[in-house]
Amino acid sequence: MFNGYVITIAVFVGIWVSLALSLNILVGYAGQISLGHAAFFGIGAYTSAVMTVRYGQSFWAGLLAAILITGIVGAILGLPSLRVRHDFLVLATMGVNFVVVAVFKYVDFFGGAMGIVNLPAPSLFGVSFRGGALYMALVWLYAGFVLLISWYLSKTWAGLALNTVRIDEDAAAAVGVSVPRFKIYAFAISAALAGGAGSFYAHFIGSVFPDTFAFVESIAILSMVIIGGVGTLRGPIFGAILLKSAPEFLRFAQDYRFTIYGALLVLMMLFQPSGLLGDDSWLWTLGKRIFRRPAASMQAEEAS
Amino acid sequence: MTELRVEHVSKRFGGLQALQDVSLQTEGEILGLIGPNGAGKTTLFNIISGFLPPTSGTITYDGRALHKQHPHQIVRLGIARTFQIIKPFGDLSVLENVLSGIGMPVYPSARALFQRYRTSATLKQAHAILAQTDLQDWAQAPAANLPIGLQRRLEIARALATRPHLLLLDEPAAGLTTHEAEDLALLIRSLHAQGIDIIVIEHNMSFAMNLCERIVVLAQGQIIANDTPAVIQQDERVINAYLGQEEADVAHS
Repeated sequence: MFNGYVITIAVFVGIWVSLALSLNILVGYAGQISLGHAAFFGIGAYTSAVMTVRYGQSFWAGLLAAILITGIVGAILGLPSLRVRHDFLVLATMGVNFVVVAVFKYVDFFGGAMGIVNLPAPSLFGVSFRGGALYMALVWLYAGFVLLISWYLSKTWAGLALNTVRIDEDAAAAVGVSVPRFKIYAFAISAALAGGAGSFYAHFIGSVFPDTFAFVESIAILSMVIIGGVGTLRGPIFGAILLKSAPEFLRFAQDYRFTIYGALLVLMMLFQPSGLLGDDSWLWTLGKRIFRRPAASMQAEEAS
Repeated sequence: MTELRVEHVSKRFGGLQALQDVSLQTEGEILGLIGPNGAGKTTLFNIISGFLPPTSGTITYDGRALHKQHPHQIVRLGIARTFQIIKPFGDLSVLENVLSGIGMPVYPSARALFQRYRTSATLKQAHAILAQTDLQDWAQAPAANLPIGLQRRLEIARALATRPHLLLLDEPAAGLTTHEAEDLALLIRSLHAQGIDIIVIEHNMSFAMNLCERIVVLAQGQIIANDTPAVIQQDERVINAYLGQEEADVAHS
């Protein structure tokens, strides 16, 4: 059942679920639309590649460094969000994506267009995780970790503060929320989690190349968040599973992947801006009606 | 002593002199701020609460300078405000709107990232404020679903949640029915009785005259009168400022 092909798809889906959930913290929680998320994905992948190949560290050290360094870079690259809003922020994050890819491409230390190859597979107590079901389990464990952080963050004061920043920055400031501080938190957390996903990607493929982390990938990740349902937890998970696995079932459509993403985005904006599984979407309302009893009892539980 | 002291504050927007050499002090009272449209009332609120820097002049509260602080820092000093154009957190519930204010002391610390905001203690505080502002029946409703009068009340509830010593209310009675405005006046008086100082911008003359102990009148960015309601009612310049406004309105229509 778990043949190589299925495992490969499951690994990719797990990585993109992590990416979509991490971007959701920035876009869905804090309301900062970013078209540069692939840059953080790439910074994580390259950090891990440099740590393991250039400095001979283990996968685990690479993963940790990827999370930490991407988080720090995320906080720095979040600074423009303090000055510009909305459509200008979208342009600024796009620019950041192009710059980061150019650095990978033209700085020799990062291997230029040839990238960095021969990344080691993770191993623990002498057991190698390369390409196997174990690696898939590890990736999904990470996706679960990203989900846990997303869920917990939404329950904290910071989660509430991010909501206030998203809805109205002046009103947020009026209740004592430092808008710059919480935007930087969102950028740092979102970037750090995307960086970890980058590390998992790099060590699964075994090499990193600049173009993997290009601007189109940022669009793909944002599409997953928006098509699934921005701001919810189920939405980005569903969006990533749908958009990452659909091309496998629709092989003929592979070449038109981005055409389909683009068309879907336009349709969603027109007819279901809250996403397929957003709180007031057709699908979610229908689902709630069908499973009314369990849903009602869950709500009662929550209230108690 | 928690005295607000505004000294020689001026504000210029390009060629427009919005405020000119405004000075006032308040402590322990309900102070009314009235004046025709465009007189600079909201601009003064925005400057006191840190949303706008003054072009010149100083503001101190409890001896501390306010005019170089950010809005979120000024709330921490005990000055909360509401907005003339209300800004509820529309997709959040009424309860969460109030909780957002209760979090004020936590936001600056790293605890904000780890501590859950719904605890029995915070919920108890929030429900007490909802009861005080008579919003308890709406606790779970999204704020955007409330009628406008209740959204104005929610603005006050959210500001109260930050536990202010001084509350700046920007036209809290705008759009309210006479009955709702009476309830609002009762609420403001009860807050004052609890020791909260209040500055209220109001367009509704009778509302301001009945509620306030002292009234400051702004016209074209300058203070033209500063006295008790009884004296203000008789003041020639105030009457002219308002009549001038009405004549202008007639001329426009």
